[in-house]
Amino acid sequence: MLGGCDVIAPLASATIPVKADMNLSRRRVGEVSLRFLLVEDSAELARPVRDLLALDGHGVDWAATLSEAQDCLNAARYDLILLDIMLPDGDGRQFLQAQRRLGHDTPVIVMTARAAVSDRVDVLDSGADDYITKPFDFAELEARVRAVLRRRGGAAQTVRRYGDLLFNPLTATVTIDSDVRDLRNRELRLFEILLGAPGQIFSKDQLCDRLFSYAETVSDNAIEVYVGRLRKKLVGSLARIETVRGLGYRLTGG
Amino acid sequence: MRAVFATGSLRARLVVQLLVVAAVLAVLLYFTVRSTADRAAEATQDAILGAATVSIAEQLRGGDGGVEVDLAYATFSMLGAVGQDRLFYRIDIGGETVTGYDDLPVPDVRPASLAAVFYTTPYLDTRVRIAAVARSIIVDKGPVPVLVLVGQTRQGQAAIADQLANRAGLIGLGFFLLAVPLSLLSAGSVFNPINRLAEAVGRRGPRDLRPVRHPAPSELAPLIGALNGFVARLRGTLSQTETFIAEAAHHIRTPLSTVRSEAEIALRQSTDERTRVRLRSMIRGVEASSRSASQLLDHAMVLYRSDQLEGVAVDLCQITRSLARAFGPTAELREVTLLVEGDAAPLCVLGDALLIESALRNMVDNAIKYSAVETEVRIVLATDAGMVRVEVCDQGRGLSGAGLTELSGRFTRGGNVGDVVGSGLGLTIVTEVAAALGGRFELVERDTGGTCASLFLPQL
Repeated sequence: MLGGCDVIAPLASATIPVKADMNLSRRRVGEVSLRFLLVEDSAELARPVRDLLALDGHGVDWAATLSEAQDCLNAARYDLILLDIMLPDGDGRQFLQAQRRLGHDTPVIVMTARAAVSDRVDVLDSGADDYITKPFDFAELEARVRAVLRRRGGAAQTVRRYGDLLFNPLTATVTIDSDVRDLRNRELRLFEILLGAPGQIFSKDQLCDRLFSYAETVSDNAIEVYVGRLRKKLVGSLARIETVRGLGYRLTGG
Repeated sequence: MRAVFATGSLRARLVVQLLVVAAVLAVLLYFTVRSTADRAAEATQDAILGAATVSIAEQLRGGDGGVEVDLAYATFSMLGAVGQDRLFYRIDIGGETVTGYDDLPVPDVRPASLAAVFYTTPYLDTRVRIAAVARSIIVDKGPVPVLVLVGQTRQGQAAIADQLANRAGLIGLGFFLLAVPLSLLSAGSVFNPINRLAEAVGRRGPRDLRPVRHPAPSELAPLIGALNGFVARLRGTLSQTETFIAEAAHHIRTPLSTVRSEAEIALRQSTDERTRVRLRSMIRGVEASSRSASQLLDHAMVLYRSDQLEGVAVDLCQITRSLARAFGPTAELREVTLLVEGDAAPLCVLGDALLIESALRNMVDNAIKYSAVETEVRIVLATDAGMVRVEVCDQGRGLSGAGLTELSGRFTRGGNVGDVVGSGLGLTIVTEVAAALGGRFELVERDTGGTCASLFLPQL
């Protein structure tokens, strides 16, 4: 089935194991997972985007047309809509305007293949919270999602408990014993990656690829620097980042 | 000849044609009047000449042994009344000239009665008009044929005709002279609608591609039709180009996104170092091509809009702040702090919002892109001697001595860009926007490291 409102299961073939019991169609209290509606007509693009979001533990419904998107919106609530503009049955901007007129205020990030300045202005005028130009860096999409949710006041469910700490990715804080500590952007992302698969060993290279843009040269010890900083932020908690000699790092103590 | 008709002034052609017609009419008038006057004068003179001749003939009295000829002075005075003409006469009785000029030519057709025969003939050193009448007189109980000729030179008549014709000539000349301003006026009134149409089309704004609806004479309808057809084709071409650019972007970017996302997934899943190296270079390639596509489209847009600029008030402050908001997550990803300094009050310049946005976007994008991690990018808004200045300062790698002239060339990049992806069009766009809006762009390396890019635009 193409599109439709089925919530896809996390990638079975992922070599980075996601928690075996994670069922994305039902949000568990305390899970860091968001529910996305992806409105995109190209199946080729929709699949990797769904997979990437699923790898991060989010739930994604995919609609290939505006009418499917409407069906999904009638059936469920979403934390965020990723909306393409050129769709087979209409213009995403008009769909968005209609939604806003009806009082639906689900945050929307428009994914546009049109990069002209006038198109960007147009998109924001029609009620989008933000836009991202295709092709996009997945880390940038995550950053924009975070920024939009933070601006909108966020969803309380995004707070995640791990062992004795509380992690809120929107406010970029960890709370240990009611001591709130701010995480800088890369510390936050590093923690999100490790927390996505506790116990799993991540190599330095894997972490580098996620933390840094492919367009920047990163020194060998860059990861060590961030791991060191994150460890300082986690002091006092049972949660620890272990160094597995020769292999990488993993999060334990949950 | 064709070339003369194809170019040159229609107005001059029309005026010349009208004047030629007026001249021909004037000449025609002159000749018509002249010939009519000639004939009228001749007819008048003939009547007098005929009457005089008949009167002489009637006064001949026949009798026994001879004919009594009485040339009454009154008769000749009637003729003499006309100018300085000379008179000749000849009276033949029974075939012999009894009095007058016996060499005065007789007509070819002899008159048979008192109904005068008129003819013009050379005589002595001039031409004379002669009236001839005939009658019979009883002499010695028998009829004798009598022929009376009276001739008159025609100076008087010619003078009258000349006078009339000259007057007609003067009138003709007068008409011709009157025709000059009239034809200029009429040519003007013929071309006025064309001029008004041209003005109406000329007054249009550069982006006004509506059909021409100016009221105009029916003769101009084909021209207006052709003009509207052209405008419609132009509009079609422009919108096709815009649609084409948007669609081209869409069709290039969508598959590129697929490649990029798939590569990103593969990179997350792969543990093989060689594969990972390849995937990374693939992602870099996708990034470079999508960035080039964006910059090329933006550059085309800047050139297109600079050509047909319609200045409106643009709030630089508002644009800068919303741009900074849009770049927030991008800066955050690199742990670069993006700061905007200066009043939030409107700072207006005359220009084009899209052009200005495009320039500022490139400045901020460059600053973030070339910044080191955990540094600051500072955007300062200020007014400076009638100019609004937007300054974007980073703490990045600087310019390694390169100047703006080198860096603003198309597709040229600094020697120290390293492996940062770029198209070499960003500074070209900023420089072109500054020039198009009557401002300037400055790029300096800071002593403390990093670069300051400043865009100056005239304050409104």
